[in-house]
Amino acid sequence: MILHYLFRRLFLLSFVFLAMTVFTFSLSYLFPGDPLSNFSGLQYYASDDKAQLRAQFGLDANYVTQYVMYIERLLAGNWGLSFSSGQPVLPELISLMPATLELAAYALFVSLTLGIPLGLLSAVRHDDWIGKLISNIAVVGYSIPMFWLALLLIMLYSLTLGWLPTSGRLSVLYEIPPQTGFMLIDILIADVPYQTAALQDAFYHLLLPTLVLATYPTTVMIRFTRDSMLSVLEQNYIKTARAKGLSRSQVLYRHGLRNALLPVTRQVGLQFSSLITLAMLTEVIFSWPGAGSWLIDSIYQRNFPAIQAGVLFVSSLVVIVNMFTEIMHTLLNPLARKG
Amino acid sequence: MKRISRAITYSLLLCFTLAGCKRPPNNDEFAGIVYCAEGSPETFNPQLDTSGTTMDAISQHLYDRLIDINPSNGGYLPALAKSWHISTDGLVYSFELRDDVDFHHTDYFAPTRRLHADDVKFTFERILNAQHPYHRQGKGYPYFDSIGWQANIAAIKVTAANRIEFHLLNPDSAFLSSLATDFAAILSAEYAMQLIAKQTPDLLDNMPIGTGPFKFRSYQKDMLIRYTKHPTYWRHAVMLEQLVIDITPNNTKRLAKLLTHECDVVSMPQLNELPLLKSRTDLAVDTQTSMNVSFWAFNTDKAPFNNVLVRQALSHAVNRDDIIRAVYSSEADLAGSLLPPNSWAFYHDQTMPSFDIQKAKQLLREAGYPNGFRMDIWAMPVQRAYNPNAQKMAELIQANLSAIGVRARIVTYEWNTFRQKLRQQEHDSVLIGWSADTADPDNFFRPLLSCEAARSGSNRANWCDEEFDALLSLASLEADPAKRRHYYLQSQQRIVQQMPLLPIAHSKRFLVRNKAVSGVHVNPFGGISFAEARKNH
Repeated sequence: MILHYLFRRLFLLSFVFLAMTVFTFSLSYLFPGDPLSNFSGLQYYASDDKAQLRAQFGLDANYVTQYVMYIERLLAGNWGLSFSSGQPVLPELISLMPATLELAAYALFVSLTLGIPLGLLSAVRHDDWIGKLISNIAVVGYSIPMFWLALLLIMLYSLTLGWLPTSGRLSVLYEIPPQTGFMLIDILIADVPYQTAALQDAFYHLLLPTLVLATYPTTVMIRFTRDSMLSVLEQNYIKTARAKGLSRSQVLYRHGLRNALLPVTRQVGLQFSSLITLAMLTEVIFSWPGAGSWLIDSIYQRNFPAIQAGVLFVSSLVVIVNMFTEIMHTLLNPLARKG
Repeated sequence: MKRISRAITYSLLLCFTLAGCKRPPNNDEFAGIVYCAEGSPETFNPQLDTSGTTMDAISQHLYDRLIDINPSNGGYLPALAKSWHISTDGLVYSFELRDDVDFHHTDYFAPTRRLHADDVKFTFERILNAQHPYHRQGKGYPYFDSIGWQANIAAIKVTAANRIEFHLLNPDSAFLSSLATDFAAILSAEYAMQLIAKQTPDLLDNMPIGTGPFKFRSYQKDMLIRYTKHPTYWRHAVMLEQLVIDITPNNTKRLAKLLTHECDVVSMPQLNELPLLKSRTDLAVDTQTSMNVSFWAFNTDKAPFNNVLVRQALSHAVNRDDIIRAVYSSEADLAGSLLPPNSWAFYHDQTMPSFDIQKAKQLLREAGYPNGFRMDIWAMPVQRAYNPNAQKMAELIQANLSAIGVRARIVTYEWNTFRQKLRQQEHDSVLIGWSADTADPDNFFRPLLSCEAARSGSNRANWCDEEFDALLSLASLEADPAKRRHYYLQSQQRIVQQMPLLPIAHSKRFLVRNKAVSGVHVNPFGGISFAEARKNH
């Protein structure tokens, strides 16, 4: 049963990848400029080499053959060269991804640790002021434009009070060799005398971007947990449990929470794509050197191979994470397998 | 339930206490200065580029020159050369080198000897000799190509370990000044030979070795350059442990980083921000009169800009006073010539084209374009000392041009791409400028408007005028300053007659620093120097 389900999911996934790669493949033709440059990343090449290069990229063959060759190159890890640095795009992107993931992970952590308890609290106390206050805050946080919030926080904490830095992951005076790409881990494994100071500095750099990035998912979590909990509390089995004589907190923990959190786990996966999108905005505002600001710079520089690779990489990541949480959700919730 | 609320209260409290702490001051042992610059260097070898961004980021930190320019009077000071001598016929320049100069000792190179005349010979042979193993590395030598330096050198001879001679074909009154520019940095021949043996010659221009106050440590493109101090710098002990160049192209972000003290020194502040910066007690603004000019160059190789009447018409259509007010916040002088007014060859009686729409329309009619035409104005994507906002300038000019029926489109690219495309002469017209490297007027005319410069691609007007070139040659062969000045006055008149470019403004150069930082020097003829800089905690 489960194997059958997994098989069906993976089958669907392959179609999604087919559509995505066909799209990025066609970008090479849709972008302005020479498709050979867009595929290879070579903007300037000797005219003698042109025929050989065209043969190497299969540009003289029909589109289907070209597409197959494109897929072969993708699988071999040959994603073309960046126009701006002349370096292979894929390793460049992979080296920047940890910065984005690190930021997104902390924001997700904050949104879970704050959002779920606050959501539960506002559901349990939905009649009195505390529940209303939390819901109102959630609505404000949900509707505030993120870049505006970021600028307000920068104005207050950085420019006026001077407490927090405005950009980057670490003061540039600290030299931490990049090993994993995750700043806190890199500092912990680095052999430097200023480890504690660097760690503290990295933490200060993290505060504002994490707070800004966490705002939207936190408020979504609050609203979602609240709604889910409220609907669970309406169920007959809750009433039965109360009627059996269980205390209010026993009912909440044993029967309410578990059932209410099931849809929330699924929500975490769905949040991932909006988290990555928002992370790109956050990166640009805080000059966070991650994949998002890299991709936006690439757009500004008309760096077509980089745009292509970035689009494919990020969308694959989002699809895979979504699929993964979907599967996790199904494993946890047998009801979902039927649909 | 209580437990939940308690947990929330504690976590909130934790958040607030952490946010309430002040950031720790930088550790003294790793004291350094963060200089926030506006762009990435294109190379780490000053011979290979002319852009001010590159020079500010590399030349004064990593390298020394044979001689330096005295910033107060434009004369020459000894540097790597203790003394020099010019033969009476003006054809042989001999230099005596210092014997106490160490090259950088880094992870990737350990020098076995001190500065030797061979290093100087290697440095200049690379530019001169097409057979030299390093000659073809890079895209040419833009400064030296633009002044035709190579064509006038007969030989470079090492006469002793510390003596070197340059033999010229013709006397050149600007020769010493070319050796004092940031571009004439002395490289290590020993390092170059090691790289050839390892078959990695391209590292010479990316992993630099020099004699300057700082040595190269690491570089991340568009992010930062890290230099550490050269412990045995020949001039004096260097105070800073490290110098970090934080690359922040965005003006507002650079300003924000200055206010939060993430940057200690900032280049190119926005002129309209100066009053705010001056009012802060923790910051100091240094002003420096600078030898620069911003101009609007027409690609004279393309129609209709190959017609002198069209170029004159466009020049009459532009209201330069408005530009000075709107773009420079009146912190610049209206250009009366290509040369700044503090140059000794400046032509005071020059009349520049007035702002006159009728005249412009009439000239366009005479040129055969009564209904105007379409054109592109290329505007630099970065701020330079000479032009803080090319985009805004382009918009003002665009509005001016619409009055005479010329429909202009504003074009811009990322800076390195922009320069590459300019070199290939793809533009119609461009708003750009020039910061002088020496006090010599030749340094304005030859790299910007000579035929050699048109061939090497640094002549943005792509203008090759025999009469103008002849005047420049006469001036450089002449040793008598009064006669040289006469030739330069004539060349300035020739520019106004032919109008290959419209000079717009001479701007001042500003540097904003944290008051704790002292000893930062900006040379009017070159890059910024941190050799004597220090930071008090």
